[in-house]
Amino acid sequence: MNTVILLIAILGLTAYGYQIGRRRALGTVNGERRRLHSLPEYHGAYVALWCLVPVVIIVFAWLIFETTIINGILVTSLPTEQQALPKSQLELLLNEIANIAAGTRQGADIDPYKIAAARQYSNLSLVSTGLQVVLVLIAGGVGLALAKRQISARFRSRHSVERMIRIMLVICSTIAILTTIGIVLSLMFEAMRFFAKVSALEFLFGLHWSPQTALRADQVGSTGAFGAVPIFTGTLLITMISMLVAVPVGLMSAIYMAEYATPKVRGIVKPLLEILAGVPTVVYGFFAALTVGPFIRDFGDSVGLSVASESALAAGLVMGIMIIPFVSSLSDDIINAVPQSLRDGAYAVGATRSETVKQVVIPAALPGIVGSILLAVSRAIGETMIVVMAAGLSANLTANPLEAVTTVTVQIVTLLVGDQEFDSAKTLAAFALGLVLFVVTLILNVIALTVVRKYREKYD
Amino acid sequence: MTDQVVDIRALKPDLSPERISRRYAAERRFRLYGLVAIAVAIFMLALLMVVIVSKGYSAFVQTHILVEVTFDREVIDPDDTNDPEVISQANFRGIARGAIRKMFPEVTSRRDRRQLYRIFSSEIDFQLMRMARDDPSVIGTTRQVWLKAGADIDMLTKGFIDRDVPESNRRVNDKSLGWYDRLDEQQLVSRRFNTTFFTAADSREPEQAGILGALVGSFLTLAVTLVLVFPVGVSAAVYLEEFAPKNKWTDIIEVNINNLAAVPSIVFGLLGLAVFLNFFELPRSAPLVGGIVLALMTLPTIIIASRSAIMAVPPSIREAALGVGASHMQTVAHHVLPLALPGMLTGTIIGMARALGETAPLLMIGMVAFIVDIPGSITDASTVLPVQVFLWADAPERAFVERTSAATLVLLVFLVAMNLAAILLRKKFERRW
Repeated sequence: MNTVILLIAILGLTAYGYQIGRRRALGTVNGERRRLHSLPEYHGAYVALWCLVPVVIIVFAWLIFETTIINGILVTSLPTEQQALPKSQLELLLNEIANIAAGTRQGADIDPYKIAAARQYSNLSLVSTGLQVVLVLIAGGVGLALAKRQISARFRSRHSVERMIRIMLVICSTIAILTTIGIVLSLMFEAMRFFAKVSALEFLFGLHWSPQTALRADQVGSTGAFGAVPIFTGTLLITMISMLVAVPVGLMSAIYMAEYATPKVRGIVKPLLEILAGVPTVVYGFFAALTVGPFIRDFGDSVGLSVASESALAAGLVMGIMIIPFVSSLSDDIINAVPQSLRDGAYAVGATRSETVKQVVIPAALPGIVGSILLAVSRAIGETMIVVMAAGLSANLTANPLEAVTTVTVQIVTLLVGDQEFDSAKTLAAFALGLVLFVVTLILNVIALTVVRKYREKYD
Repeated sequence: MTDQVVDIRALKPDLSPERISRRYAAERRFRLYGLVAIAVAIFMLALLMVVIVSKGYSAFVQTHILVEVTFDREVIDPDDTNDPEVISQANFRGIARGAIRKMFPEVTSRRDRRQLYRIFSSEIDFQLMRMARDDPSVIGTTRQVWLKAGADIDMLTKGFIDRDVPESNRRVNDKSLGWYDRLDEQQLVSRRFNTTFFTAADSREPEQAGILGALVGSFLTLAVTLVLVFPVGVSAAVYLEEFAPKNKWTDIIEVNINNLAAVPSIVFGLLGLAVFLNFFELPRSAPLVGGIVLALMTLPTIIIASRSAIMAVPPSIREAALGVGASHMQTVAHHVLPLALPGMLTGTIIGMARALGETAPLLMIGMVAFIVDIPGSITDASTVLPVQVFLWADAPERAFVERTSAATLVLLVFLVAMNLAAILLRKKFERRW
């Protein structure tokens, strides 16, 4: 409700600024538009922008800092024993206070100090909202007044407006960079905290993974083991199985579509393969866990093999199906980029189509195909839902595809889903795994993208 | 390829018919491999669809049992106020159980009765209450009402419970089976459209669980994503394609965007957890954070699509606008952007479809919680459709399997609709210059 009012106020202020700017510009030249340097609309936009920008900055500052500051004040007013609570419990308490203040939690059994805190909470919220509105109005008004004073017939408002828009465009284009920096910093920061507790060598080369740290110090097995090698091998195993499915099928269908298929067949098959790429991964996961996994287990039973119900094979097979369209569409593009003159040369010396493909087209397209396979590998390594639903949780160090293995992404999900305190090695281990995942996929992507780009340039 | 000089006259090509037929056989084999590969891919797609549809369609109907219910005025509303407050406080559980007992007068022991009640969903009290509250004229009358059956009976009518299994391993025991068969003989059992599935949020009881909460959550999340990603993505694309000087900095941005598009989605979830939840302390499980994370994830896709849409606008348009004296910014805003907009929208819809199906990053920011309320704003705890599928896929009850498939079907319908919209948009506005 408050947000809506604030939004309307801001929009109203901006629209008012636009009108003021426009009218004033026209007023200074008694309505003779051609005596103005810029169109009156630009003068209006100039004032409106000067009004809008400071207001938006204030609103964002509020969004970011409001809760932190209110909670900070609230904590200092709590009884001392509550102030000494650990962070996670304090957060729960603050949540409860907010609920009491909102009226969603009622009853006679609430501690009096909580009621007092809730009252203070609503007071603080009220003050904060009021302050925000006042500041917004002041900032908007000041911006408006300052901008209005600058407007004159010779004022180059178009240039100023265009410069402001340009700055905005630059900011938008750096958000992608900021995201990357954010990913790297947050993963590095949390991973560093993890490596302060567990040595990096143990993590990268240890053979035993059991992150279940005990809740009490005297519990058996209170020291978790964080050797991630079984996880890496498990990831590798599932990725390999999926590639064994995806590469032959994807590559052969790409070759068929590029070299043999009539345009009509192409027009039907290509969208169908794209559907395969558009199915959400959670659906594949469900399919793997419900249909493929039990099928493989029953089949194994019937021929006398013992197959785990969450075998690497099931997850890998379904992941392979998911990857097929990535391999096929990228390879299709790349094969199509091979110049027709190479094929014509081969046909001229009497080669059949398949000989042309095998001895001319594929060697020419090889770098690009390798690049597309690398991209597919990176996608398989980072794929989460299929393995979370169809692969196991226990970290077995095995190369047998019929056993259950676990992967990096499965471990990240199991370590982080649910409520945990945020400084245990168990939780931080997820970030270390995330860092490994990010670095490995990044390297694969960089190599693949460079190879593909080089390849494209070769035939352009 | 080679620098060797070969005297062609010295080569003696093998022109025997055997070799030629061998080569032709190889040709046919190779072609067959290609066909088989395509057939495998399409078969897998068909299998996936068949499995989902065949497991899921039954969730759209729900077993109901016809019961004669007496809406006793003395019990519901003794003072004849017709006040919804009074009616909703009344003891409808008693009314429902009385009606059930009347159908089976021979069941007298407490244990048997409790088992008898369990044929029906525990929701029937609310069902009757809503009936009386919305239409007070039923109070004081006796009506034939279709009451919702419990999940186990529902599974029984749909044929998912095997009667030949020994009683101890069956979810419905012999006694309940007998009661059910009697009802069935009297034609009091019917399967009717499952409205609950579309009007309720999650629940522990399969017959009371629905997808509305997840649908609203998905809608709110995607709204946040769209509001953030469309302006930012288009602005970034305009800058990079129209204004950016060709230098190191723009090279870095370009490489970075391409790499970001290939970063695993779960990493964006870790980013959201570390930055938005732990650093900025935004609310957990909220569509706000989910939307921000998905926006960052889809941003590269949308920038790339928008850039190619801008690139497709021929330079002659720009030159004409610049020629009559428009500034660079005016050229872009008045001429390039309107022409590139359909392409940008197509890219955005496809990006949104990807965001709709995304699960992994949302698990990281706590959108997997069990939430029974329908979210009202972007800061309420909520879940989204694919996460609901994930949660139900984990549930042990048989009745959740069909609901998982049905929720998947709904998800796929939305995805198909979005992709279709993108294709139609492209068809309608596609222009060859």
